Formats: sequence, C-alpha cells, structure tokens
Amino acid sequence: MSSKDSVSRTLLTALALCLVCSIIVSAAAVMLKPAQEVNKALDKKRNILAAAGMLEEGKSIDEQFAQISTRVVDLRTGKFSDDVDPQEYNEKKAAKDPAQSVALTAEQDQAKVRRRENYAVVYLVESTPGQYDKIILPVRGYGLWSTLYGFVALEADGNTIAGMGFYEHGETPGLGGEVDNPRWKALWPGKQVYRDGSVEIGLIKGAVDPQGADALWQVDGLSGATLTSTGVTNLVQFWLGEDGFQEFLNNLKSGEV
Amino acid sequence: MTSTKETLLTPIFKENPIALQILGVCSALAVTSSLQVTMVMCIALTLVTAFSSFFIAMVRNQIPGSIRIIVQMIIIASLVIVVDQVLKAVAYGISKQLSVFVGLIITNCIVMGRAEAFAMKNPPIPSFIDGIGNGLGYSVVLLSVAVVRELFGSGKLFGFEILPLVTEGGWYVPNGLLLLPPSAFFLIGMFIWVLRSAKTDQVEAADFTMAKHTAIEEGI
Repeated sequence: MSSKDSVSRTLLTALALCLVCSIIVSAAAVMLKPAQEVNKALDKKRNILAAAGMLEEGKSIDEQFAQISTRVVDLRTGKFSDDVDPQEYNEKKAAKDPAQSVALTAEQDQAKVRRRENYAVVYLVESTPGQYDKIILPVRGYGLWSTLYGFVALEADGNTIAGMGFYEHGETPGLGGEVDNPRWKALWPGKQVYRDGSVEIGLIKGAVDPQGADALWQVDGLSGATLTSTGVTNLVQFWLGEDGFQEFLNNLKSGEV
Repeated sequence: MTSTKETLLTPIFKENPIALQILGVCSALAVTSSLQVTMVMCIALTLVTAFSSFFIAMVRNQIPGSIRIIVQMIIIASLVIVVDQVLKAVAYGISKQLSVFVGLIITNCIVMGRAEAFAMKNPPIPSFIDGIGNGLGYSVVLLSVAVVRELFGSGKLFGFEILPLVTEGGWYVPNGLLLLPPSAFFLIGMFIWVLRSAKTDQVEAADFTMAKHTAIEEGI
C-alpha cells in the first residue's frame, strides 16, 4: 500500500481539498454578490415593466422605470401607507415575521403562502394625480415545486388585466416553466378579474373557447403542468381576492386611498 | 505520447464525446433551442472541462484511490459554482434561461469522463488541452443542433430574423417540433449517422443479433 492511500493521508487530502475549494467558492460568491444584486434589482424592474406591457427594448430600464411610482399599501385597510420604506421593505422577510404579517387559516390560504404580510409594495403608473393608468401588484404562491413570484398588471378600471409575468420560480423547465412563455403570457391581457364582486379569473384545462360565455374570465391551462396551472389560478385568485388587494382596488376606484 | 495537436483535435470528430461516446446528451437536448444560450453553455462546459482536468491532473499523484471520484467531483462542483456565480453577475438574462443546466454541468458525463480517463493519468497541460478539445467536440454537436433548431424552429439565428415568419407577415411556417427537446434527439441521431457514414471505423459491432420471430411459424 503506497503512503498516499493510508487512512490519515486520505483524511488529510480530503480535508485540504474541501478547505481550498470552499474558500474559492465562497470568495467567488462574496465578490460577485454586489453585481448579482444589481442584476436582480434590474431584472425585477424589467419584469414589472414587462408585466405591464410597457417594456421597450433598447431603452434603459431605469429610464423606463421613471414613469412608475412605487407605493406601499396596507393590506389590512386597503389604503396607501407611509409606515415602511418601499426601498428597504422586504416582502419575503415580512411574511415570515409574526409582527409584520398575519397567519392565514387553511380556508383563506388558497395560494399556500401560510402568512400574509401587512404591507405590500405596489407599482403605479399615474398620468395625472389620482388617475392610475396601470396598477401593478405583486403576487406569489405555490405551484408544483416552488413558490412563484410575479406581478399582475391591471388597467385603470382595476378589473381588466394588462399583463402578468413571473420573475422567480423553480417549476419544471418545458412544463410548468412555460409560465414564462411569451405566447402564454399574451393570453392574459384583456381578461377580466371580477364578476359580480368576486374573483372569477382562472386557468382551465385545455384551450379557452373564445365564443364561450366565460371566455373573458378564463385562460388556457399549461399542458403537462396541471399542478402549476392550479397554483397560478390559486395565487391570482388569492392576491386579487378579499385577503389580497381587492379592498385596495375598491378604494382606488372610489378614490378613498 | 500523442502530440498536442492530436490531443486537441481528436475529440472534435474522431472521438467526439457526444457522437462516439454518447455522453452529455441531456444538456444537448435542453439548451439547444436558441443559439445564444447554446453558445454560453458550450463556453461554460469547455472551461469547466478544461480547468477541472487541469486541476485534477495537478493533484493526480496526491489523490488517494479510495476517494478519487469524490475528489474529482469536489473540484468539478467548485468550478461549476464559480461559473454559475460569474454568469449571474455578468449575464443575468442568459443565466436565467440556462437555469438549472449550468448547475447540471456537474453531472455532465463528459467532464467526469475526461477527469477519470485522461486527467488522472496525464500531466496538467495535456489534460487542459484534452479538456478544451472535448469541450469543442461537445460544442460542435451542440452548435450544429442549435443552428438547425433555431433557424427552422423560429426562423432566427442569434435572435436575428433570417426567415420571416408567417405570424409576423413573412412566408415561413416554423416547425414547432424543433423548439421542443425531442427534436434534438433526431438531429443528434442524424449527426451520428452522417459522421459514422464518413468514418466507418466508428461503427460499433452489434452486441447481439435478434432471434428470428418464430411465433407465426409455431402458430401454423
């Protein structure tokens, strides 16, 4: 048996290698973090613009984002709030903190988010004061493998969908991952959210019959991804429903925000 | 000792990792629907194969036999994580499109195969060149598949319109199958067919011959 195969040598080699590799990996992660954060923030802005159908290629994202105002909504009252700074506020952290969120009962928790934060950051396109052309709301919920994070953009009436998109999810590429497919996302604009005051919009199995009576409230399901489709339906219904933004949208319509 | 040029060029056509050894087909199906993404994947894989072979060859005489596969894995995994982090920092859009496939370079048999078959027995520099060569062999197949898939699947190359689509007022009806992963199977199959027709020494002898179907005779 050669010396390099002795037990102590084996352990020593393993230890040294792990140490060197972990230093290299963590150094890379730490050094590249700032650049990654910038990219992530830019990507979020791009997704907000894309969800609203306002993204123009070739123009700087920051420039385009200037027309969008960022506001905080208190989800308990459905009114604007200045209690938290939207730049600093982290929805994911707030939703885990009992002081900043409420637990949802199994019945309420359609999107399987467990807790809902008290404040949400929304993005508005305000043409004249009090007149909101587009309302972009953050949504999230559980699909098949992962929580999907995205935005739903509504037209000024607070009922017609202007667009939607997810910026973070871990669904199966090619199946549930098709939530990123631009052709599927293009099915959303023009659909209606509410019917007689309750949320009606949802994905159905197969393709929507354009002549059907319910076509305005239906979107094609993703083939091969039933659970992701159900998850998308649930999360849109939850966030636009009573425990989500419905009250805020009603207030916005009556001008009482 | 084979020459440097040979080490570099043999894996491209003569001993192509995908076409001859049928390794690394998984990512070849997944990332080849657009040329730009494929290009990044090829560069990432070539770099990982080259550098992992290099580092493994450097410590090859120190690696205890009992844990050599794990040692190779650690080196490969570290490099892949670094590549993934770099991509996230400088090419965020593409890294999102590649999603899990950058991480899956770790499990790509080409990287592991070259480490075990070549780098464990050769000095660092030839191992590095062997890694580059195999990366290029992988790239040749992937890029040719991607060219066909993107050109005939969406009428574009590198995102630039080549064949104007019917849906955008042109004349070309795209072949939707080419955008789906299974189409890469057919294309790789054809690539292997063409390659083995030209280089008949690559054709493998059949492992067994099928027995004659006797059910009908017995039935009579």
